[in-house]
Amino acid sequence: MIEKSNVNDTTWHTDDKTKPLVQIKGLTKKFGDVIAVDNIDLDIYQGELFCLLGGSGCGKSTLLRMLAGFEYPEAGTIKIDGMDMSNVPAYERPTNMMFQNYALFPHMTVEQNIAFGLQQDVMPKDEIADRVHGILKLVELEDYKKRRPQQLSGGQRQRVALARSLVKEPKLLLLDEPLAALDKKLRKQTQFELANIQEQVGVTFVVVTHDQEEAMTLSSRMAVMDAGKFKQIGTPTEIYEFPETRFVADFIGSANIFEGRVSEDGADHVIVSTNVGEVYVNHGQSIAKNKKLWVGLRPEKIHLSITPPPQIGPNQIMGQVEDIGYLGETSIYKVRLKNGQIVDVTAPNQRRPMSRTHSITWEDAVYLSWEPESAMLLIS
Amino acid sequence: MSNQIKKVISMNVKTLTLLPGYLGRKIQKNWRVIIITIPFVWLLLFFLFPFFIVAKISVAELKIASPPFSKMFEWTGNGILSVRIVFDNFIYIITDDLYFNTYINSVKIAAISTFFCLLFGYPIAYGIVRSGPLAKPIFLFLIILPFWTSFLLRVYAWMGLLSDQGTINNILIALGIIEEPIQMLYTEFAVYIGIIYTYMPFMILPLYANMEKLDGSLNEAAADLGSRPINTFFKVTLPLTMPGVIAGSLLVFIPATGEYVIPDLLGGGNVQMIGRVLYNEFSRNTDWPVASAVALAMLFLLVLPIIVFQYYQGKSVEEK
Repeated sequence: MIEKSNVNDTTWHTDDKTKPLVQIKGLTKKFGDVIAVDNIDLDIYQGELFCLLGGSGCGKSTLLRMLAGFEYPEAGTIKIDGMDMSNVPAYERPTNMMFQNYALFPHMTVEQNIAFGLQQDVMPKDEIADRVHGILKLVELEDYKKRRPQQLSGGQRQRVALARSLVKEPKLLLLDEPLAALDKKLRKQTQFELANIQEQVGVTFVVVTHDQEEAMTLSSRMAVMDAGKFKQIGTPTEIYEFPETRFVADFIGSANIFEGRVSEDGADHVIVSTNVGEVYVNHGQSIAKNKKLWVGLRPEKIHLSITPPPQIGPNQIMGQVEDIGYLGETSIYKVRLKNGQIVDVTAPNQRRPMSRTHSITWEDAVYLSWEPESAMLLIS
Repeated sequence: MSNQIKKVISMNVKTLTLLPGYLGRKIQKNWRVIIITIPFVWLLLFFLFPFFIVAKISVAELKIASPPFSKMFEWTGNGILSVRIVFDNFIYIITDDLYFNTYINSVKIAAISTFFCLLFGYPIAYGIVRSGPLAKPIFLFLIILPFWTSFLLRVYAWMGLLSDQGTINNILIALGIIEEPIQMLYTEFAVYIGIIYTYMPFMILPLYANMEKLDGSLNEAAADLGSRPINTFFKVTLPLTMPGVIAGSLLVFIPATGEYVIPDLLGGGNVQMIGRVLYNEFSRNTDWPVASAVALAMLFLLVLPIIVFQYYQGKSVEEK
């Protein structure tokens, strides 16, 4: 497993004066015998767009529901803005949630849906009207305020749901799979809109998603969850480029993984001997010699060539092209190594092929090589 | 009509249309019309036609004869057809306080019973919807269970419970709470008990069907937006279950207004309801014309709620 200090060590809060908005300590939730959330610690800072990423049943939604106050933990505490939320019911929390199915009130118009939250506070009528008008402008739904949710498209409903949860200006906005119900094209467009809106209003967002691309584009920081625990927390770049475990490396993007042992531990590098040869990795961390670990290689970081690379050295393997998948913008090559292992390599199709075939084709003997910075050390 | 039923019907119709020749082609062309016609012919024969007979009797005169009313059309000789339409019966039931009071009483008893059915039935339906996957079918079964025993038997059972020497009085006397039995049987109270008890399932089942469709996340959304549970009930749950409330209320109110057995057995002579009056006129006084007039008046009294019911039904169907 990852050392605790490592998990929380991110560049986000180098400034010690910023106090976390959300402090989660030792949070545990069980449903019968199933542990949904397992002894979790997490700090979320003001203004962050924090993504909880994981497969279904990993506990991400349960964690979100505990923040909202729909579920109560068996153990542990949640503090929002320094206040303990343990005995605070959902209707008194400074959080608002955007539901996966939007949960818009079908018997109310768009306007009434958005005003509902404000009406629960003591607020003069014209101020409610002003706020509703303002938020409708933000999500560009002014012309639809008299409509009912059933009369709106999926994308419009999504924006009503967002407006309804934002209009109370919560300290923390919780979004449960906010884009899952949209079709792919709209989803991509909305990802950026959502991030823009978050920037405009400055509210802290916690987003639950199972879509890694969504998490990568949206978040300022994200946590990868599995079986009720965090596997890794960091910025999207940290998670993608420096995954700590095989699980994370494989969950975010794809990775070719080789098992090996540390054969040399230098000051600025590590050499791992694997069953496909020696791998030289530039890695600042010191790792005990002979330790068993794994080397991960992203498919897009491997060079593919028919001629041998200029220098003979580490980080080179030979193989034979077994299969090619043409995806348009890139092609994916399945290369079989001598030991039978298949390695995925992706290459951008930067040039339009003259003969409608790839310059590298089936059955070609090819060289695989990569930079020493590219390989990832995975400790479990 | 569910899609499956539609499919089955169209399949059967298709087999029908395999019939060779002229008839087959006719059926193939007009099967929709044929299917719609059958229930309408049924209603025409067994509802509308008898209804006109009743309407005809209601404008006849009482006669000691068989049948006990005057004819509407009669040849008086010389080729003259005399048509007798007598409005006496209607004038009689409008002017006689008995009928007016009985109508008011029927509506009052039905309305109060409906209110209590709703008061008790709503939380019961809500509880069933919220109960676990194991308990839910059991609860539903218990609601429907009374239908497996005879309705009359259940009313007689209430007589046994409520009478002066009945179970409830005996227990209260044995416990020393009362010395003399309280008269419960043959009071309005007993009629209320009987109607509420009998019609409760008709309130619970439509409410249940409506609440079952309710999205639980709406309650969470309301709470999330700062609404306390009571406010959420009145602002979200109740408005969304209104179609169920209306359906259940009409299903209780309409038959309860015309109820005959319960006021007769549990109310004795002390509770006048329109069903009993109708029965007395018809079989004890053998005054068919007045009985028919009462029946017609009751029908119109009940048509109003039926129209309201149909209107809301149609509206809720449209919304889906």
